[in-house]
Amino acid sequence: MTTWKKEEFDNFETTDVLEKSSELGINQEKLIDMYRTMVKIRIFEEMADKQYALGKVHGTMHLSAGQEAVAVGAGFAINKGDYLLNHHRGHGHFIASGADVNKMMAEFLGKDTGYCHGRGGSMHIADVTANNLGANGIVGGGLQLAVGVGLAVQMKKTDQIVLTIFGDGAANEGIFHESLNMAAIWNLPILYLCENNQYGMSANVVRVSAKTPFKDRAAAYGIPGYYIDGNDVLAVYEFIRKAADNARSGKGPVFVEAQTYRYFGHSKSDRNLYRTKEEIDYWKSVEDPIIRFEKLLLNANLIDIQSINMIKEEMSKVIDESVTFAENSPEPDVKDVTEWVYA
Amino acid sequence: MPEITYREAIHDAMVEEMRRDENVFLIGEDIGTYGGAFGVSAGMLAEFGPERIRETPISELAIVGAAAGAAMVGMKPIAELMFMDFILLALEPLMNQAAKARYMFGGKATVPMVVRMPGGSGTGAAAQHSQSLESILMHIPGIKVVAPSTAYDAKGLLLSAIRDPNPICFVEHKLLYKVKGEVPVGEYTIPLGVADIKHPGDDITVVTSGIMVQKSLAVAQKLNQEGISVEVLDLRTLRPMDSQAIINSVKKTGRLLVVHEAVQTGGWAGEVMAVVSSSEAFDYLDAPMRRLAGKDVPIPYNRFLEAAAVPQEADIEAEIRAIVSNKY
Repeated sequence: MTTWKKEEFDNFETTDVLEKSSELGINQEKLIDMYRTMVKIRIFEEMADKQYALGKVHGTMHLSAGQEAVAVGAGFAINKGDYLLNHHRGHGHFIASGADVNKMMAEFLGKDTGYCHGRGGSMHIADVTANNLGANGIVGGGLQLAVGVGLAVQMKKTDQIVLTIFGDGAANEGIFHESLNMAAIWNLPILYLCENNQYGMSANVVRVSAKTPFKDRAAAYGIPGYYIDGNDVLAVYEFIRKAADNARSGKGPVFVEAQTYRYFGHSKSDRNLYRTKEEIDYWKSVEDPIIRFEKLLLNANLIDIQSINMIKEEMSKVIDESVTFAENSPEPDVKDVTEWVYA
Repeated sequence: MPEITYREAIHDAMVEEMRRDENVFLIGEDIGTYGGAFGVSAGMLAEFGPERIRETPISELAIVGAAAGAAMVGMKPIAELMFMDFILLALEPLMNQAAKARYMFGGKATVPMVVRMPGGSGTGAAAQHSQSLESILMHIPGIKVVAPSTAYDAKGLLLSAIRDPNPICFVEHKLLYKVKGEVPVGEYTIPLGVADIKHPGDDITVVTSGIMVQKSLAVAQKLNQEGISVEVLDLRTLRPMDSQAIINSVKKTGRLLVVHEAVQTGGWAGEVMAVVSSSEAFDYLDAPMRRLAGKDVPIPYNRFLEAAAVPQEADIEAEIRAIVSNKY
């Protein structure tokens, strides 16, 4: 069973990359960069899985392979300096927003050179100085913080917006409603991006949600909402950029729900008992966001097979180097276990 | 020195700091025209406007969560909860987000926020509007818990709390709002984490906080006339706790009574006793340490039952007499 209903999307499927990119003002270099970043995320996630399988990872992880178009479409559409509040499956968005994969891999392996000096792990990667306010281990955790960050932006009168990304699971948390209501009454510059990968752990979104798509819930708060194909990277880019422009212009929050699919299990305990192999295979073959984008680029002669292979090799090398960096990095000093504790 | 109420002292601290620092703002329910459920923010809307006196829907989770988010990006929010009981609706942002951000992100985040909350019984508001939940708040590393007992302390501690780079629960006792005390004009701060001897004595140490300081002081003054010398040590900040002040006092008096309104089981009296029993002060004890806490019961409505649920002056007096006369 799949909940995916292509005909109901608010976007038209991108079929002509030249037409779409010219409409969006994206040049070839940027298109290739988007593709490269999607590949980078996929290889990072596969490497993370491999590191786990090799027994090198102490904790768990939530991998986003299959969801790269959401991460890259959004990451490329917002401005440097915008705030990002992420969910627990956050590797892709951080890579797309320019994070250093060395520091990410080091954090994943718990090393002192990681973004959080080994205190956070995969689920809490943050780079506060770059306005990346972290992945969040609590489902919906970013939704409440976003209200405050939006208030701060509004009070300081800066040109920033707050991008808060959450899953279909978070849409059923109480904070979802408190957050949307507050953002709407105060016209906060918040872009709500619901990354609907169809499963909250094992719970199918349709089984646990009284009404979908979730954009209808945004409508209940007077917030404009869009339900889009989250595996079409240019559709994601288009809608996130429009939404970001809207939020930036002082018109208040916008809601975008991007339909996508995760390939790996929820976390390492997942044995995929709640979905069929056929369903997973369908998404991996027909709907894969990287394959879809690759086809568009090839058809438009914007890329050739040789360049594709080069990009894949280049990104593999970058990710291999991140593993080398992480492995050669020191563990945090145990005597510092209570550093940064003030009470 | 002019006398003002505890409520006015808190109000003045907020107003003065908001004039000094444009990043400070107040967020909460009915804090505007209504002036807050207990009138603490009366008049502030007129001076600071609706952006900085940010009146919210009834959404405690989002109020505290928004405060945490704003604090992470450079603002200094003061969130007001109508009753301390309602923090239970907002423990997630307080305990999972605000308290952990600094550590979890490798020391790179600061969360300078204050959550003000009126706690305590005595108003006939019954079980869901009368609790003293400070022991719950104290259990989480990354949160400071402050509980002033006088107008003077309230103002000085609140100024320190607003300026502190970390999340702080500021526990106000609703029966203290009308109590007057001497407060100097102008700015002064009281450091967090430093206890205060409110009444010096030699025979027994009473470690306490909040409204129980006032009750203990009344008892100390009464017993003083009989030659029983009671030292009342007001912790002022419950976490981090001023362990040294507790140790010093017990070494001097040789006896300890801990008094708090919060219920006994899991209450912070146990923490104070652990400080003593695991320090050199233990060797100075001349009697078993004792605690007098709220009974393990939801706060009842009936006035006599309500009073019976938490320590009263007569209970404190009886307990002190028992300890100093070696009844235990």
